[in-house]
Amino acid sequence: MADVKIRRLHKRFGTVSAVRGIDLEIKDGEFAVLVGPSGCGKSTLLRTIAGLEDVSNGEIEIGGEVVNDIRPCDRDVAMVFQDYALYPHMTAGANIAFGLKARKMPKAEIEARVKRAAMMLSITQLLDRYPRQLSGGQRQRVAIGRAIVRNPQLFLFDEPLSNLDAQLRDGMRGEIKRLHQEISTTMIYVTHDQIEAMTLADRIVLMRDGAIEQQGAPLDLFERPATRFVAGFLGSPQMSFLRGKLVRDGAGDRIRLDGDGSALPLPRERKLDGTSDGMAVLLGLRPEHVTRAQGSPREGFVRTEAMIELIQPTGSRSYATFRLGGEPVVAELQAHDVSRPGEKIAIDINLRRASLFDARSERAI
Amino acid sequence: MAATVHRRRRKHPVPVARILVLGFFLILMFGPLYWVAITSIKPSDDFLAVPPVWFPAHPTLMHYTAAMFSYRGLQALTNSLIISTAATILSALLGTPMAYSLARFNTGGQHLAFWVLSQRFLPPIAVVLPIFLIYRRIGLNDTHIGLIVAYTVFTLPVTVWMMFAYFRQMPKSLEEAALVDGCSRWGALWKVAVPLAAPGIVAAAVFAFIACWTEFFFALILTSRNAFTLPTVFRSFLGFQGAQFGESAALSIVSLLPSIALGVLAQRHLVRGLTLGAVRG
Repeated sequence: MADVKIRRLHKRFGTVSAVRGIDLEIKDGEFAVLVGPSGCGKSTLLRTIAGLEDVSNGEIEIGGEVVNDIRPCDRDVAMVFQDYALYPHMTAGANIAFGLKARKMPKAEIEARVKRAAMMLSITQLLDRYPRQLSGGQRQRVAIGRAIVRNPQLFLFDEPLSNLDAQLRDGMRGEIKRLHQEISTTMIYVTHDQIEAMTLADRIVLMRDGAIEQQGAPLDLFERPATRFVAGFLGSPQMSFLRGKLVRDGAGDRIRLDGDGSALPLPRERKLDGTSDGMAVLLGLRPEHVTRAQGSPREGFVRTEAMIELIQPTGSRSYATFRLGGEPVVAELQAHDVSRPGEKIAIDINLRRASLFDARSERAI
Repeated sequence: MAATVHRRRRKHPVPVARILVLGFFLILMFGPLYWVAITSIKPSDDFLAVPPVWFPAHPTLMHYTAAMFSYRGLQALTNSLIISTAATILSALLGTPMAYSLARFNTGGQHLAFWVLSQRFLPPIAVVLPIFLIYRRIGLNDTHIGLIVAYTVFTLPVTVWMMFAYFRQMPKSLEEAALVDGCSRWGALWKVAVPLAAPGIVAAAVFAFIACWTEFFFALILTSRNAFTLPTVFRSFLGFQGAQFGESAALSIVSLLPSIALGVLAQRHLVRGLTLGAVRG
């Protein structure tokens, strides 16, 4: 068990900067997920923590010890790789035992630990098989077994589920979360999948171009994104963005949409510090902020009529695409909603929960 | 379904044609081998008989005894075995870590790997005389060690190049997993990379062995009475008074045996080693 502190970390490959001045603290027992689009430096950051890449500048501290110059094998971390990285010439059991043997642990202790890990992951009957005789999901379990058997102070996961099919991925995701609840060791998990990040993390660290864009609890990032990038990255279907101008003329703050000039009055409690009349803004609406109108409009909601362009049913709910101020907006409808494309319906826009960004800096207002 | 089978059958050439083509190639490949084998047990009178003798009425092993003892074939065989085996082992022992270093750490930048291979472009005649002079000075002429060193140097480029290709297509993450699991770099190399590269190492070693086993030019210049190898013995079968067909054929058969044995032993590894990319579990 250990906390991880990263200070002003830089990693350069030749002239390319993969990680640019990252400061990050991960608490003991925390499940931190590094997430971001491909090429954002999340895997490089993980690999520098593991010791598989050298640090160009800055410091990495694991459990109170600066590990910059410590070899990967002496850092007491375990890593699960995207392609499982099981040794093909060893059985599943030997794969799991490999790290313990390398550390010259007594044979009886190794056997007991392998047995315990195999039971935990329900792979006891697979221990004599070679990796090529295992399915993708089974291989991933063995890879996780190889990590947990060592009882390390820190777990690193490098996109461990991205090679699995969707159904298996859901199952394994649950198992990893359960595993963390059981052993509560610090875990750092890299993924490009925002759903994985949202469901697993105690804390999401969202990265972009080698730097941290925002970090915090999943719901914090989801509800209060600091930038347009964060807002767009988290959530599926994506947040819709509408261009407009802020109107602050004493008759109540509102947004005038660039597309059709319609005005959306902002709720009174909405703080608009550092803004001015006529400022260009982006209004961010998640599908759940736009719903079918029911009853009389509530405080902070704006009711408008719009024509459905497209309906995408998912079973549990349907997503309808409208055009608002000339730009597409996705709304969430009930699963049994019978509206059809081409139909005009009344919708409520929840401006209390909607996000507002400065159009120039793309930072949240 | 029936239609597909029918169409597929018609696509194949007629079996007779296939047998003819295959038969032709079989004769082309095994004809000379058969002739050598049969010549090695023919009495001398049958060599140039017309019509040719396809199988001798009285097979004899006299050519084998002559080749092995009168022409010192046995000593040459022993020398060849010692020198080729030692050079092969050295080549694999030195070549494997070298190829690993080139493949994993990009040692020497972009060009070192190619430079290693380019050593093979050098015509042997360009180096053999300097080596001869150096060897004479340091007393390595006509010694096992001298030829072992020379053969190791000349087989290394191909060994390194084959292993380089092999290591490069092996997923890096396997060794990285070993590093995180508690191995040093050397540990990861010997416990994970080398066992996985075994088919490639065996393939490279077989190539190196065959190259040493059949090498003639260096052996001719660098050896005389002690460390001479099998290929150099064949030279003495061609004399002013004619050729020793029987002894020559007998020694050919003897010299084939280790290569065949090696091929059979390493066959499984060879196929995997030559079809690079078969390791991923």
